[in-house]
Amino acid sequence: MSSISDIAGRIHSVETFGALDGPGIRYVVFLQGCLLRCAYCHNPDTWDGCDGTSTTAGEVVEKILPFRNFIQSGGVTLSGGEPLVQPEFAAAILRLCKEQGFHTAVDTCGAVPMEKCREALELADMLLLDIKALDSEECKSLTGMGNENALRLLNWCQEVQKPVWIRHVCVPGITLEPQKLEKLSDFLTGFSCIQKIELLPFHKMGAYKWEALKVPFTLADTPEPTAAQMEEARSIFLSRNLPL
Amino acid sequence: MKDFIPGHWSHTVDVQDFIQRNYTPYDGDESFLTPPTQRTRELWDEVKVLLEKERQAGGVLDVDASTISDIDAYAPGYIDKDKEVIVGLQTDAPLKRAIMPFGGIRMVRKSLEAYGRKMDPKVEEIFKYRKTHNDGVFDVYTPDIKKARHSHIITGLPDAYGRGRIIGDYRRVALYGTDFLIKSKQADLDGLTYDVMDTHAIRRREDVAEQIRALKKLQRLGESYGFDISKPAQDTKEAIQWLYFGYLAAVKEQNGAAMSLGRTSTFLDIYAQRDLENGRYTEEEIQEMVDQFIMKLRLVRFLRTPEYDQLFSGDPTWVTESIGGIGADGRHMVTKNSYRFLHTLTNLGPAPEPNMTILWSPRLPKNFQEFCSKMSIQTSSIQYESDDLMRKKFGDDYAIACCVSAMRVGKQMQFFGARANLAKCLLYAINGGRDEISGDQVGPELLAVRGNTLDYDDVMKKFDVMMDWLASLYINALNIIHYMHDKYCYEKIQMALHDQQVVRTMACGIAGLSVVADSLSAIKYAKVHPVRNETGLVTEYEIEGDFPKFGNNDPRVDDIAVMIVKKFMSKLEKCRTYRGSRPTMSILTITSNVVYGKHTGSTPDGRKRGEPFAPGANPMHGRDSSGCVASMMSVAKLPYDYSEDGISYTFSIVPGALGREEEIREGNLAQLLNSYFMEGGHHINVNVLNRDVLLDAMDHPEKYPQLTIRVSGYAVNFIKLTREQQMDVISRTFHDHF
Repeated sequence: MSSISDIAGRIHSVETFGALDGPGIRYVVFLQGCLLRCAYCHNPDTWDGCDGTSTTAGEVVEKILPFRNFIQSGGVTLSGGEPLVQPEFAAAILRLCKEQGFHTAVDTCGAVPMEKCREALELADMLLLDIKALDSEECKSLTGMGNENALRLLNWCQEVQKPVWIRHVCVPGITLEPQKLEKLSDFLTGFSCIQKIELLPFHKMGAYKWEALKVPFTLADTPEPTAAQMEEARSIFLSRNLPL
Repeated sequence: MKDFIPGHWSHTVDVQDFIQRNYTPYDGDESFLTPPTQRTRELWDEVKVLLEKERQAGGVLDVDASTISDIDAYAPGYIDKDKEVIVGLQTDAPLKRAIMPFGGIRMVRKSLEAYGRKMDPKVEEIFKYRKTHNDGVFDVYTPDIKKARHSHIITGLPDAYGRGRIIGDYRRVALYGTDFLIKSKQADLDGLTYDVMDTHAIRRREDVAEQIRALKKLQRLGESYGFDISKPAQDTKEAIQWLYFGYLAAVKEQNGAAMSLGRTSTFLDIYAQRDLENGRYTEEEIQEMVDQFIMKLRLVRFLRTPEYDQLFSGDPTWVTESIGGIGADGRHMVTKNSYRFLHTLTNLGPAPEPNMTILWSPRLPKNFQEFCSKMSIQTSSIQYESDDLMRKKFGDDYAIACCVSAMRVGKQMQFFGARANLAKCLLYAINGGRDEISGDQVGPELLAVRGNTLDYDDVMKKFDVMMDWLASLYINALNIIHYMHDKYCYEKIQMALHDQQVVRTMACGIAGLSVVADSLSAIKYAKVHPVRNETGLVTEYEIEGDFPKFGNNDPRVDDIAVMIVKKFMSKLEKCRTYRGSRPTMSILTITSNVVYGKHTGSTPDGRKRGEPFAPGANPMHGRDSSGCVASMMSVAKLPYDYSEDGISYTFSIVPGALGREEEIREGNLAQLLNSYFMEGGHHINVNVLNRDVLLDAMDHPEKYPQLTIRVSGYAVNFIKLTREQQMDVISRTFHDHF
């Protein structure tokens, strides 16, 4: 127990009331560091793996315990950044959470090769998997990396029937194209491990963070999708009986 | 024909017994509810026109400046007689306000002037010879009390207006009729004979004699509208009507700060359930009666001064109705009528009054919990209070007066005491009793802090002594106030609807708790340097380093807040009080947090002079940075045992942060409430709003006639708040997502 508790890592922050990152009310731990550089990222301040606060898995879970009443029907979500860039740290937190009986979820982009983070993946009760784009080239131009690892992860989830919520950010002019959405939804119909698909409208509430980091925000002039556009996107998935 | 199950209630006044023997818990969902009838819709449209006229007229539509208000002082009034199934207005016309000068004639005069009217010379003449509560208080106030009042270390005292916060058991009128009630009061009076006729004995006899007179007037009020309420109500319609006459009599007699209704919905459901089963009324008809009853409650008005509005903004009346809870035998007390009452927020649209209060327990049926969440998300008009905490102290037939004050209905009353400004008290400790704004010596002349850095132990020692002074001065002021209120402005009809023997509490309160906790935390964990002016008075503070702030579930500062609550309550407890009342305390500011802040200098937590306090027990604006659950956990630690008159917490969240889909939001909000109350939280106001809506409403009030928000302990029409109050609400923490 003590050795797991002592595993150190870096976190960006926590949210004691997360209602958007998995089922129920969840305590969300945002881990520091990310492999991707998504053009629409709303938390670019979590990119740098050397930033954030240094802590241990034991300390992280210690701070979750008082919230037991609140998260009893929800659980704990590791988000980021990309939580799996600190695989041992993430696994340690997840294991300690399991010992406490908390339901666990990992919010990931799937970019970290599976063999490097298998323990964490196995420990998580479910994954929130971000499919940035179905086309690997497009994924690369949008995020800096192709999607092979993410799709491999999805296949694994199907194999072991690990529950997955798919997330897909809809950026007008980039990912919010009917044809692309149709292709993606066709692809996803093959996976029975998918419990829910969340189509997230692109938003610019994180723009100030880009500014603070002095990194140019290339989507500054891209409009946020309209309600009608989002409805249209949803209808594509619904028409294929996908769970939204 | 089904009839009521008899019991102890059949021969003695015992409403609780009647309810427990006869009510039908309802576990189903809201699908049985019906929309408003044609008549209700038309009537409400007429009312909406009147409400808009009232707003355009600057807040007061009309005043009867020549009739001294009383239970039977007015001819019957109607909105539109043919459409009204429940009747009765405070005066002879809707939204026409009455004058009630027994609390204080000056207040009436000032109010009339503020709205461009003059008091009838006839009334002026009468009050040349008739002393009021306000006159009595100022005859007796000591110079010390006057000074403390003037410097705002105690504020909002009911020394010039009606104290309110008394709930008549209006259900008794329906269950027994006035004949029976008069008879039992007469029996009380006959029994009140003593060997020695001392003050105590004389006052009791006089009280009951006044109560009997008021009950007779109540009966005449019924007659004037064509009803014989001397006998028990026979069906739902009569029960609502009789009960409403009881309440109406109270708001004709008293302009009390809070005129709460009690716990009526489940009581009335007993009639409704019987009538449904016997085929006497349909669901539509019963909902129509409830809608129209609620509509009447939304029209209750009092004439108040603009100064009063600064303190308690938005023309509140606190017609608080307590709904739900768990019975002593373990059955929940949710009935169909609990749903019907809340459904008025849909049928008539959102509104601040009546102040819908859910007595919450994790054991309430899930359907009802989710229905409440849904209504909160849609209307932001509901507050929640922990039935599990209160049932232990008050049984299963208590209700909330005003915002958070629980009392056994008809068996307990309180002497409302507004609140003491603890943040200012801390500044007095630092400055040796001198006021930090005026420089006057208001408190005892003690040693001020010396040196260039505040020392925690030194400040605490001085603060402790200053709180001793404040507690005893405060209780003395309240003793005077309530002696005079009983003498010159006694609540005759409300007390007639109480048992002869009542429990009395002296309901004190504190403001500025989070300012004090953060200030002491800054002194303890950072370095705070006092900045003195030319007379040696500390007026500013420089803070070096960071410190834990209340609202982040950080025990280092949360424990300080708990300690302060216990300390001040223990000091109040030691004071001798008027009429043997038991001191209690609330952590509640209503909207007066703005005024308190305005009159308080800079504090060691970095708050600048004049800036508002947080409302009630809330963390200071923007300092609860660890998410709403951490904020709730801090507030839930405040001990209800030491703050039995209530701990108010206002929570605002943007709808999106509760979840992506509507159903999920409802479930999450219900779960949030369950958890907060399991942690020991006492009260929570829930607002589910976007800040943009409020900003737009400030500029375009006409677009948002019914926009309702919850502020500390009550709800208001957002557009009726002063601009300053509106800004305060908007600047408060809206819990958002990372």
